[in-house]
Amino acid sequence: MSLLTTPSPMQDPGETVHKTIIFDHVSIAFDENVVLNDVSFELNRGETKMLLGVLGSGKSTILKMVIGLVRPDRGDVYLLGHHVNSMKEEELFDLRRQVGMVFQESALFDSLTVRENVAYRLIEEGVEQEEIERRVREALRFVELERTIDQFPSELSGGMRRRVAIARAIISHPEVLLYDSPTAGLDPVTSTTIIELLVKQRDVYHTSALMVTHRLPDTFTMASHYFDEKENKMKPIPPGSPIQAPSSFLVLRDGKIIFDGSVHELVNSSDEYIREYIS
Amino acid sequence: MDLSPSDYIKEYLLAIQDYAVLSGQSIANLFRRPRYLGEMLMQADIMGVGSLPVVIMTGFSIGASLALQSSNTLQRFGSLSLTGQLVSLSMVRELGPLLTGMMVAGRNSSGMASELGSMKVTEQIDAMRALGTDPTKKLVTPRVISSIIMLFILTIIGDLVGLCGGWTIARLVLGLDSNQYWSTAWQSLQFADVFMGLFKPLLFGFIVSSIGCYYGMFAKGGTQGVGRATTQAVVVADVLIVVVDFFVSKFLMSVMHVH
Repeated sequence: MSLLTTPSPMQDPGETVHKTIIFDHVSIAFDENVVLNDVSFELNRGETKMLLGVLGSGKSTILKMVIGLVRPDRGDVYLLGHHVNSMKEEELFDLRRQVGMVFQESALFDSLTVRENVAYRLIEEGVEQEEIERRVREALRFVELERTIDQFPSELSGGMRRRVAIARAIISHPEVLLYDSPTAGLDPVTSTTIIELLVKQRDVYHTSALMVTHRLPDTFTMASHYFDEKENKMKPIPPGSPIQAPSSFLVLRDGKIIFDGSVHELVNSSDEYIREYIS
Repeated sequence: MDLSPSDYIKEYLLAIQDYAVLSGQSIANLFRRPRYLGEMLMQADIMGVGSLPVVIMTGFSIGASLALQSSNTLQRFGSLSLTGQLVSLSMVRELGPLLTGMMVAGRNSSGMASELGSMKVTEQIDAMRALGTDPTKKLVTPRVISSIIMLFILTIIGDLVGLCGGWTIARLVLGLDSNQYWSTAWQSLQFADVFMGLFKPLLFGFIVSSIGCYYGMFAKGGTQGVGRATTQAVVVADVLIVVVDFFVSKFLMSVMHVH
């Protein structure tokens, strides 16, 4: 088990380029409340890492730190080889364009239509109108919501809003995706639809991703399934198959990482807290 | 949560610092790309055209009230013919900018605080940052610039409508000659009076929008927090306008030797 990978305090600049995300001894507290305490982990290219932990364990804070929405009190955060916490806000805007983020409550712009929400990044970049229309439809087709293109977010269900948020995040084909509880509060069928989209994104586009979630079944589905492009659907990996689902797990407790490893290592963990958590 | 006096002072100073940084950025963004001209025009429409009815009604009523209230005193000194002068000087130098500023603050500071506050508490501002857009460029600067320009124009309209309100009373109630009213109103105005009356709306426009945007952008605590931010924005903007009005009037009067 690659438990608690602790990179050296001063990362080799060359090393940071080969990893999508590196957290190096990161700590943060809000007022007196320590949220993250000396957290270190790495995300490999093309891998999806699932962050598990009870409410308030700092999972969403980690996602916001990756793109500099929140700055650590101590430690270093690297994203695609860039040292995030030493960058100015102005410089971060360019880096953030290489990342897609799906917020817990979708965070769609409620005064814009689905088309305008999904196209937001392309409009900002000054992409041609025809190209925008083509890519918006492509992204909405990916999440199977093309029919909602002229609707407002308030007219959609929770699951549909989450899928529009995924379309908005993937439209510019980012190198990294950050999902904050993408299936929270959804029924099992909608939840499976969304997990299928995430598996498709991972296996078809090989996008690196960090996913915060409370739903263990979803994480196990992600770790045990692959996306079959020919049949355009998610399938379980047959036993003994060479097919890989590049996924790993990270468990947080009281602001510290208590587990960082594969699904097999997680289910075979002897740690009492983890056994109770996954039972 | 109970705050100690030192915590309270620290929080207060931090709020002033945040406001100063946001205000500075809102102006500095004018010199950085991208500039959201479309947003600016949309805000100018919402703020300017939307505030027109309230400015016209307030301006007319104040001008009419001024003429009515002053007529009694002027009559005692046999100077009823000076009604036009009194209305025009009061409206252009003081009441026009002040009341237009306060009316626009009531309508727009609250609107900005609630709109941006709702975006803040539903993570839409964070989403905007995550999508690579600077929210101060996209949301704050267009509001500040259009507010400054539109309040300037609205004040001119408010002054004119106020003069019309005064004329209506002078003509219909006091029986004054129209020519006499308008000529005294026009001739009494000096460059310093007009300058003072048109300089203040620029400051008030900045106060209205920067305060509204500040309370919106720093709103926290869900829908209750948005409600609180909205109320605070109006109160602070109105108080600031009155205080700034006094000091700017005093300063300009001494600099321009106006009595």
